[in-house]
Formats: sequence, structure tokens, C-alpha cells
Amino acid sequence: MSNALSIRQLRKTYANGHTALDGIDLDVAEGDFFALLGPNGAGKSTTIGVICSLVRKSAGSVEVFGIDIDRDFAAARRQLGVVPQEFNFNHFERVGDILVTQAGYYGLPLALARERSEKYLGKLDLWDKRTQPARNLSGGMKRRLMIARALVHEPRLLILDEPTAGVDIELRRSMWEFLREINARGTTIILTTHYLEEAESLCRNIAIIDRGRIVENTGMRELLRRLDREVFVFDVSGELPPGFTLEGYATRVVDAHTLEVTVERAGNLNAVFERLTAGGIAVRSMRNKANRLEELFVALLARSKEEGATA
Amino acid sequence: MNRHEQFMAFATILVKEVRRFFRIWPQTLVPPAITVALYYVIFGSLIGSRIGPMGGFDYMQFVVPGLIMMAVITNSYANVVSSFFGAKFQHSIEELLVSPTPEWIILLGYTMGGVARGVCVGVIVTLLSLAFTSLEVVHPWLTVLVVFATSVLFSMAGLVNAVYANSFDDISIVPTFVLTPLTYLGGVFYSIELLPPFWRALSQANPILHMVNAFRHGVLGVSDVDVGFALAMIALFIVALWCFSLHLLKSGKRLRQ
Repeated sequence: MSNALSIRQLRKTYANGHTALDGIDLDVAEGDFFALLGPNGAGKSTTIGVICSLVRKSAGSVEVFGIDIDRDFAAARRQLGVVPQEFNFNHFERVGDILVTQAGYYGLPLALARERSEKYLGKLDLWDKRTQPARNLSGGMKRRLMIARALVHEPRLLILDEPTAGVDIELRRSMWEFLREINARGTTIILTTHYLEEAESLCRNIAIIDRGRIVENTGMRELLRRLDREVFVFDVSGELPPGFTLEGYATRVVDAHTLEVTVERAGNLNAVFERLTAGGIAVRSMRNKANRLEELFVALLARSKEEGATA
Repeated sequence: MNRHEQFMAFATILVKEVRRFFRIWPQTLVPPAITVALYYVIFGSLIGSRIGPMGGFDYMQFVVPGLIMMAVITNSYANVVSSFFGAKFQHSIEELLVSPTPEWIILLGYTMGGVARGVCVGVIVTLLSLAFTSLEVVHPWLTVLVVFATSVLFSMAGLVNAVYANSFDDISIVPTFVLTPLTYLGGVFYSIELLPPFWRALSQANPILHMVNAFRHGVLGVSDVDVGFALAMIALFIVALWCFSLHLLKSGKRLRQ
């Protein structure tokens, strides 16, 4: 399968001397749902900016479906749809006009532009807002408007820079469903997000970027498999005795009804339950203390920081 | 992009620009009409009746072409500078910058948007002038050509200003400190024949003087300057501004990081 995106030795040093990207190599396969994660200021938005040509790269190459963005910018941009982090539409324009105008910038005839506008505003539950000025929309609606706008020319590669920031959980989940649906229909998606459960739930492959370098680039499952321990939180019905420990496990009594148990990858939860039962403790519910990807993410960034300090 | 797609992109920008200034008509179309109507009343009727003839015409007739040009110049400039800077300020310009629309189409679209407003305002103030005086256009084609070319020129100048501007203050500096003085000293209200030789010669360096007089020649058939020279100068400015604006858009200066 060919690559939707190929980045080679991408570097970006801003005018103030700050190096945002320090030689990035990245491939995203066609049809993938790809997560690009990293802490604030790691270089995610700069990478996206270079891909969609809002940021001028200092060195390196970017190809979108094999088209070099420097050699044939028009053909490359036609393949791309971008949903930026910040709202970047004219707040005084009407919702429907924003989509039709965007379609026009891609050379779509007016009739087709209107048809696509209706299609994507409908899919994102904004059709009844089409005559409203964009400034009247709620935050969640504005996010959906930006997704609809990015899709109006039906790009093959959709890049979403924190599309669900500030969106309530119900709306976030409906947006996940919509993104899964368009990915299933063949659109390659690159997602940056700070909600790691979002990346874990949606994405098949992942790259983690830190201080302008890719510190991890692998499949989501492969990455999660590397998690060598997990912390589980048990809510128990009776009161835990003070100083309660579970032999063979690192435990922490959070309060009289809550216990944290660290389980090594080699171990299993059955043994934990057996010991709790033997100790006369009934478990009411159990959950992971943190998202699994979050734990890996924090560990990888800590390692990257250590390596940076050593270097 | 093929020709048809380029045309669609151009038409989209133009329609968006026209829709914008019609949407905010109380800010874009009404103020110039009121301002110029006041000029007609005060300078044309009240003071003008005491001034007597100028350039072989009564003062009201003399001043009308200048005032029309003044409205065309300021509105063409204002449309592009405020629209383009507004798009830059709100980041909605990114919608265009990430699209396959070539830079020359962006420039042409915004320029024609400025021309549309300049011409609209020009038509409004011309119709208003008919309430105060009669106008018989001596050279209609020359009149249209000068209005169009001048509007193109100042629309592109507005785009250059918008690219360089960092704040809303920056988009009012050029109109306040450059355009207004040059327009007022550009033969709108007087013939430079009235000036002493030194000031008359200095006035020749003011490009707006040539545009106003070329237009006055089109309407009334009289001019303080050589109309051929004025047209050549406008053409030269247009070519220079086209090249410079295109260079700014292609280089992404102050638009792309």
C-alpha cells in the first residue's frame, strides 16, 4: 500500500532561532488512522503547518500521496483537508457560505459546492444552522464546522489538530463515530490530541514527537503491548484494615474503601481477586488508574527527556 | 488547477468580497455617500457659489470629478486593506493559503473586490452629484478606463498595506497620513494653475493629481496635466504593484510562518 504522507528529514527553525522540528522522518500509510502525539510545543502543529504549507520548512521534503509539496503544490493541496487547532473561519460569514466558499477555493462548480455543503453540514448536524453567522455557533458546533469545511472538497488525507479540544464527551463520541466512518470509506486520517483515550480508541498507528524529534513510531497494539505494568483501582464494599497489603503486589490504600494494586505484565488479575477474597474483601468495581496509552506516553517522554539531558 | 477551476476560485473570492461590503453597507456604502454629499453642499453649493468659475466651469462642476475620484480611491483601498487584514487577523486567510488557488488568482480576486466597491461608491456619488449639477461626460471610455485603472491600482496598494500590517492601527496609517493629504493636494478642489510655479511643479510629483485630472479630462474635457502621461503613469504603477504584491503572496511574507 502506498503512503498518504512521507516526510523526510524535516527541519524547521523559526526566525527567533527556535528549532521546532529537528529532522523528522514519518510515513503514514494510505487508509491509516494515525495518531501524532506529543506534549505542548513538541512540534505537532509545526509539522501540520509544514504539510499544509502554512509554515515554511527550513529543510527536508514532504510528499502527499507521492506528490512533493514543493514541486506541485496545487495537486498536493487538493489531496489535503486540514482542521486546525484554532477557529480560523470568518466569524461574520454564514455557516453555509463558509463551506461553499471553501469549495470554490478548490475550483468546485457552484452547484457541486452547494451539494457538498448540504452533505457535510447534514452529516455534522449543522444543516439547520446554515444561514446563521458562524459567531452564533457554540464551541462544539464551531469544531464540527471546521471538520465539515475540511471535507467539502473530499480530500484523501484529513489532518485534525486537536479536533475535540473543549468538546463535551457526548459530542466527542459522536465525532469519533463520524471519523471512524469516513476512515472506513478510505480517507486517511492523522489526528493530534491530548485525549490519549481518543488516540487509543481511534488510531491504528502512532508517532510520538518530543522537542522536534520522533521518539516513537509504531503500531498502537505493539506500543500497548510494551506496557510492563498497570495500576488498577479496586472499590471494595467493606472497610480496608489500616496498613492493608496484598502479598506479592505493590499496594496502596487510598481510603477505607479504595485500594490501588500494581500488576506486572507477567502476573494476572485472577490471583489478585483470589487474595482479596481470601482476605474477606469483596470487590464492588475495578478500573485502570490511568489510560494505558497515557502511562506509556509519560514513560516515553521521561525517557526522551533523560536522553536529551545525557546528550 | 485548470482554467475552469481557476475561474471558479477567482469568482469565489470576488463574490465573497462583494458579499462582504454589501453585508456591512452602513460601514462601506453609506459613509462615503454622506461625506461626498457634504462636500457637494459645502464646497460646491455654499462656498463654491462665491468662488466663481474654475478651469472654465462653475466650481461645482469642477469639483465633482475630483470628489468622485477621491471616493473611488479611498474605497478601493479601504476595501482590500480591511478585508485582507481582517482575514489575516482572524486567520481565515488560511482557508485560501492551504487551498490550491494560485497566488495570482488570490491577488486578482481581492483586487477586483476592491474595484467592485470603488466603482459602486463611484456610481453612488455620481448619482448624488446629479442633484447638485449636470454632468455631460465628454470622453466616456476614457472616464471608465481611468476609474477602473485607478481603482485597480489602489486596491493592490491596499493589499500591500494589509500584508505588512500587524494591527488595525497599521491599516489606518497610510490612508490618514499618505492618501488623504495626497488626495486633498491632488487637484480635487483646485486647479494647480492657481499655484505659484514652485508648488505647481511639486504638485506634478503627486500621482493622484494625474489620476484626478485624467478623470476630469474624461468628464469635462479639461486637465492640468498631460492625459497620456497620466495613463502611462497609472499603467506603470499597476505593473509595479502587481509584481510586488504577487511577490509578497508567493514568498508568504507575513502570511506563512
